Amino acid sequence: MKVGVVVFPGSNCDRDALHAVRLAGAAGELLWHERTDLHGADALILPGGFAHGDYLRTGAIARFSPIMGAVREHAAHGGLVLGICNGFQVLTEAGMLPGALLRNRSLRFEHGWVTVSVERRDTPFTAAVPAGTRLRLPIAHGEGCFYAPADQLAALEARGGVLLRYTGPEGNPNGSLNDICGVIDDRGRVAGLMPHPERAAESLLGSDDGMFLLRSLVANVAEAMSRAGQDVAVA
Amino acid sequence: MADFRFNVSVMPRAGMLDPQGRAVENALPQLGAASVHDVRVGRRIELSVAEASEEAARALVERLAHDFLANPLIEEWQIELVWRGEGAGRPLEAAR
Repeated sequence: MKVGVVVFPGSNCDRDALHAVRLAGAAGELLWHERTDLHGADALILPGGFAHGDYLRTGAIARFSPIMGAVREHAAHGGLVLGICNGFQVLTEAGMLPGALLRNRSLRFEHGWVTVSVERRDTPFTAAVPAGTRLRLPIAHGEGCFYAPADQLAALEARGGVLLRYTGPEGNPNGSLNDICGVIDDRGRVAGLMPHPERAAESLLGSDDGMFLLRSLVANVAEAMSRAGQDVAVA
Repeated sequence: MADFRFNVSVMPRAGMLDPQGRAVENALPQLGAASVHDVRVGRRIELSVAEASEEAARALVERLAHDFLANPLIEEWQIELVWRGEGAGRPLEAAR
């Protein structure tokens, strides 16, 4: 079981993500964005950072990186793709997730700890989160204000496409509609989060709540592979 | 083959919150310009296209604007032809 972490020029959370998936029990590999294949990765993470300098709009240029064809195909065949922060922005620009991430309403780069509610626990990205658990996770972004036109927002809510919401004392740091900070696509295979689970991977970092999410991803893929009779290699 | 130069102006969609515009507007009283209002901030992309016809060049720019230069969910755009000339590579300064 191997998780591929896509590295765009300007990604800066790739190694943290790699470390965290290894803590979650998977093998991990960095995949440079110029590749056109996934080198056997069973699941993908698009990490945080500033892909292609975030020029034009966040994620707008990364969407056209050579590897994105393989990323799209992976998801189309039922593979899991998790976008974290800038990775979430890339996935919305690519049309693989609904909505857009706008500049924070405060116009500030917002960073710090947030508390999020887990709206769905029946997804491959959240299945390991214990019932009733709110997650304490860090954020660090300038463009995290989730937006979708009213009709699309209503459709997203109606189909249960919201994965995480800001809650608790810190509230909503960026003006996101409906306090949304995590969404999942309608097939349940592609998810995007503004908070950084990989930065909350060990209690030494202040929280290890992020591991609930990363362990969910790794366990889901490992189970699917063992059901399919494949050998599950664990790092 | 002729060269066509376009300005593509990309703006936040009407009615969308524009935090940059609001920040600029909030600074205006300090400039003694409190009568200025409804400030919005967007961006302009200038580019040249070497194509056989203006129609072909404009169609290409329209596709780029829709797929790349703007995000249709949150932005709208206008395409303006600023000059045309024979042969590619005409220096921009020459057009001014």
